[in-house]
Amino acid sequence: MRRGDFVNHVAWTGAGIVYVLGAEGIVRATASAAPGAFSFVQISDSHIGYTGPANGDVRGTLEKAVAGINAMPNQPAFVIHTGDVTHLSKASEFDDARAVLSTLKAPLLTIPGEHDVIGAEGPKRFAASFGRKGASSRGWSSWDQGGIHFVALINVGEGETMGVLGDEQLAWLQKDLDARKPETPIVVFGHVPLFAVAPEWGWTTADGTKAIAMLRRFSAVTVLNGHIHQVVEQTDGAIRFATARSTAFPQAAPGTPGAKPGPLKVAPDSLLGVLGYRTVQVEGAGAWRERTLAQG
Amino acid sequence: MRTALFGAAALVALLAAAPSPPPATVVHIRDDSFIPASITVRAGDKVTFVNDDDDAHTATADDSSWDSEGLNQGQKWTHVFAKAGKVTYHCTVHPMMHGTVSVRSAS
Repeated sequence: MRRGDFVNHVAWTGAGIVYVLGAEGIVRATASAAPGAFSFVQISDSHIGYTGPANGDVRGTLEKAVAGINAMPNQPAFVIHTGDVTHLSKASEFDDARAVLSTLKAPLLTIPGEHDVIGAEGPKRFAASFGRKGASSRGWSSWDQGGIHFVALINVGEGETMGVLGDEQLAWLQKDLDARKPETPIVVFGHVPLFAVAPEWGWTTADGTKAIAMLRRFSAVTVLNGHIHQVVEQTDGAIRFATARSTAFPQAAPGTPGAKPGPLKVAPDSLLGVLGYRTVQVEGAGAWRERTLAQG
Repeated sequence: MRTALFGAAALVALLAAAPSPPPATVVHIRDDSFIPASITVRAGDKVTFVNDDDDAHTATADDSSWDSEGLNQGQKWTHVFAKAGKVTYHCTVHPMMHGTVSVRSAS
């Protein structure tokens, strides 16, 4: 499918974006998912507790996303929430988020965003609500599933910069990746974009280039982030980067004159069209389909 | 009776003459900035941080000695700066936001 056809397909279905990442690391658009393929879902930036004008019902839109995922005919192997589950790290917000996300049929994994680790209690509340077995004491983890090596990074809560991995996590990542063969498909999750989307807005990871350098020897790498509430994509060699939509509210596109980061109010009847989640379908060794749903 | 009235009048005069505590200095959080970014107060003064933004913010000491925790739009938080010295702080949600409170000795 050519790019133009792909855009038309998205416009026609209103369903989202579909990609294939081949074993050669080249991504191209495709039409639909193959039934029965191994898949997972990325959901992000739910900001439970936000009450501003950009979305008066963030719980409702998260519930809508969960309902859409639960309605998938072939349930994903897992759902990963890439952070900012809550808006202010309050106990009641974690309770509300967990109440909704616990209704997912598929297993849930969650990594924190900067809104989930506010104050002394935020990290503890996040760990109590969404911490999981198998993760390091600091929260980062990796696992193998469906022929893919998955890596979940934590790049918030380290202090002076918005996104930072830190030397301890980078050392762990180097050791983790050293044990993998170059042809192993790699999928990396993190909240703040690993690549420099808009550093002036804090939309980058300060030491992300160090992690990217470690990933360059692999033939097919996908890096999926949240934080910026919109889909921005970039390909760098065999590494494909993509940020995700929010389930709560959009933010301005980087470079928009006069814009600043933060909740962006859109016309009420347009809101659902800029919120969503992403499905990634794995067709076989090294071949992928990635689908982003903007509606439903 | 006259003595009691005199005493009450003296108390009123004394209270009127006593210096009232200074109003809290206010730092507004607006457009991802602390406004003003640098303030000077006396030891014992209160500083109130008010979030005017639609986004969440915190006012958090760089040395973690105090922390407003998350503030939604319209929420405020007040802190008493007891000791003289210079305190730098930031927003943990937007670490590029910085502010400074210079605390002079009360004497």
